[in-house]
Amino acid sequence: MMILNVNDQPHNVEADSRTPLLYVLRDDLKLNAAKFGCGLGQCGACTVLVDGKPVFSCVTPIALLAGKKVTTLEGLGTAQEPAPIQRAFMEEQAAQCGYCIPGMMMRAQALLQANPQANDTEIRKTLEPHLCRCGTHMRILRAIHRAQVLMKTARTGDAR
Amino acid sequence: MWAKIVAVVACLLLALCAGLFVFAARHPAIAPIARPAAGSFDTALVKRGAVLAAIGDCATCHTAPGGAAFAGGVGVVTPFGTIFSTNISPDAETGIGGWSEAAFERAMRQGVRRDGALLYPAFPYDHFTLVSDDDNRALYAFLMTRPAVRNVAPANDLRFPFNHRAVVAGWNLLFLRTRPRSEPRSDTATSGDPSVARGRYLVEGLGHCAACHTPRNVLGAEKSGAGFGGATIDGWTAYALNTRSTAVVPWTADALYQYLRNGFEAQHGTARGPMLDVIANLRAAPDDDVRAIADYVAAQIGKPTRRSEQIQLTERAGQPPARQEADLQAQRGSLIAATSADSQAYRGAPGAALDGAADEGAAIYAAACADCHQGPRAMPYGGIDLGLSSAITGPTADNLVHIVLHGIPADGATRGPIMPGFGDVLDDNQVGALVRYLRAAFTGKQTWTGIDNAIHAVRSAQHTAAVGSPERQAGQ
Repeated sequence: MMILNVNDQPHNVEADSRTPLLYVLRDDLKLNAAKFGCGLGQCGACTVLVDGKPVFSCVTPIALLAGKKVTTLEGLGTAQEPAPIQRAFMEEQAAQCGYCIPGMMMRAQALLQANPQANDTEIRKTLEPHLCRCGTHMRILRAIHRAQVLMKTARTGDAR
Repeated sequence: MWAKIVAVVACLLLALCAGLFVFAARHPAIAPIARPAAGSFDTALVKRGAVLAAIGDCATCHTAPGGAAFAGGVGVVTPFGTIFSTNISPDAETGIGGWSEAAFERAMRQGVRRDGALLYPAFPYDHFTLVSDDDNRALYAFLMTRPAVRNVAPANDLRFPFNHRAVVAGWNLLFLRTRPRSEPRSDTATSGDPSVARGRYLVEGLGHCAACHTPRNVLGAEKSGAGFGGATIDGWTAYALNTRSTAVVPWTADALYQYLRNGFEAQHGTARGPMLDVIANLRAAPDDDVRAIADYVAAQIGKPTRRSEQIQLTERAGQPPARQEADLQAQRGSLIAATSADSQAYRGAPGAALDGAADEGAAIYAAACADCHQGPRAMPYGGIDLGLSSAITGPTADNLVHIVLHGIPADGATRGPIMPGFGDVLDDNQVGALVRYLRAAFTGKQTWTGIDNAIHAVRSAQHTAAVGSPERQAGQ
C-alpha cells in the first residue's frame, strides 16, 4: 500500500509500485480527466502536475511519487466553479473532440503558474509536446491567452 | 600545477610576441566586389556546394536558432570567452556579398577575413586547409546564391589578450599547418582504399569531425597525438573515435554507416545533442560519402580490443544480439538476476518508499526504465540494451544525465527512437541514484565523478534555453 497525494487528498493505493500513475488515477481513484493516448509519453493527453511540473502520467510509475503532490484537472476546479484555465477553454470553445484538452490545460496551467506573462512564442514552444488531431490549435492558443487575463483578474479579486 | 601555469604564461607570451611580429606583415585587404548575380553561377556547381555545405555543417554554427539561414550570431562558448559566428549570407554590408572567390578561398585556407583581419580559429580553418579548389568554388557558389540577410552578429566577448586578433597570428604560427592544396596530409595516409581516402578528405577537412572529437590544449588547439581521443562540447561528451573508443560492441564501418545515415544504431545508441545537427545535415550527403566517412572513422577506431571481442563472441551471428535473452543472460547474467531480484523485492513490498528498496537507483530502473529497455522490442521500437549504450559506457555522466532528464524528442523528419524525459518527475537525488546504478550495474566500471555537477549543469542549461541568455536578448 502506498499513500499518494492527489489534489491535496491522501489516497491509499493498493497497486504495484511500477503501475503508471495514469492507471491509478483512472482505475482506482476514478479521476478520468487525464486520458490514455499513446502510452509512450509522446502525445500529452495524460499530462498531470507533479509538484507543479507537467509530467506524462502514462510513463510515470507511482514508485516515483512518494512524498510528492499530484494535481489533476479535477483539482483545479469543478463544473460549477471552473478554474480560470477551464473557464477560458470553455469561453473560447477550444475543444472539438476534447480528448487532448485536459492535458493541454494542465501544461498551460503549469506554464502560467511559473510565468504568468508568457508570450505567444513561449506558449507555443511549451505546448509542443501535445498533439491535437482536430486542429483546434488556434482556439487553444486563444484560450491560454484568455486564461492569462482571467488569472490576473482572479488574483486581484475581480473574477467571480 | 606551477609548471602548467608557467607553461601557459610562456605560451601566451610567445603567442603574443609572435603575433606582434606577424602583425607587422599582416594580410592585405582584398578589394570588395559587387555581389555577383545569382544567375552567374552554374546550377550544378551550386547544387554540389549545397551538399558540401551540409557535410561541413556550416549552418550549424552560422544560423542562430530561429534566425535566417547563414546570417550568423551563434555564440560559441570557449575558455577564452564567447565568439559569435559571422553572417556568411551574401549581404554586401553585413555578410560576404562583397567577397571575391579569392577572398573566400583565403578565409578557408588561412583564416583571414576579406579586409585582412585574422579570423578566430573557432572557425575551423585549421581543417578547411584541406578543402580542394573545386570544393571551395562550389561552396562559394552555394553561399553567394543564398538569400542575402542583413544581420550584424553580436560583438565577441573575449578576455584579454584574446580580444586582440593579432594573438591569432601566434596561434597560426604554432598550430596552423598550411598544406599543399588538394594534397592529403601525409600523417593520415591510408592503405589506398579509395573510400577510406575519400573519407579522410571529408572527415579531416570540411567535416572537421576532430573539432569536437579531439581534446584541446590550453590554447584551444586540438592536442597533437590525441586525435579523436574524445572531448566535451556544449556540455555533451563527444566520444573517442580512436582506439580509446568505449563501445562495448566495437564499431564497424557498417555500424557507423547505419548510425550516420539513420541517427541511431542498435548496438551503440542514438545521436543526441550537438551530433543531431550532424546527422540532420548528412541527410543531404550521398550514400557514398556517408559510407566513406564511416570507412575512415572505422579505420581510426581500429581493431576491437580483446575485451570487446569476447563480448562479441557471445553474440550469435545474424541475430540482433541485444535482444537474445539467452545472450543477455550470458553477457550480464548477474545484472539481470540482480535487477529482477530488486524488482521482485520491490513488488513484494508495494507501498514501501523508494529509499526502502535495497538500491534506490535499481528501484527506479525497474519501475521507470526496464519496460522499454529490457522489453521484447528491438530498437527503434524498444529502448537500447543499456549494457551496450555509449552513454553508460562513456567517460562522463553528461550524456546519460541529458537523456534521463530530457529523453529523446521525436524527430519530425525521420523514423527513430523516442524516449520521454524524466526531468520533471525525478528530483536531483533520484536522478543521481539512477545514474550511479546504471553505471555500476550495466558496465561494472568505476562510477563517474561529478554526477551531481552534471545534473546541475544540465538543469541550468535547460533554464537558460527557456529564458534565453542575456547576450541573445540584447542581440534581438
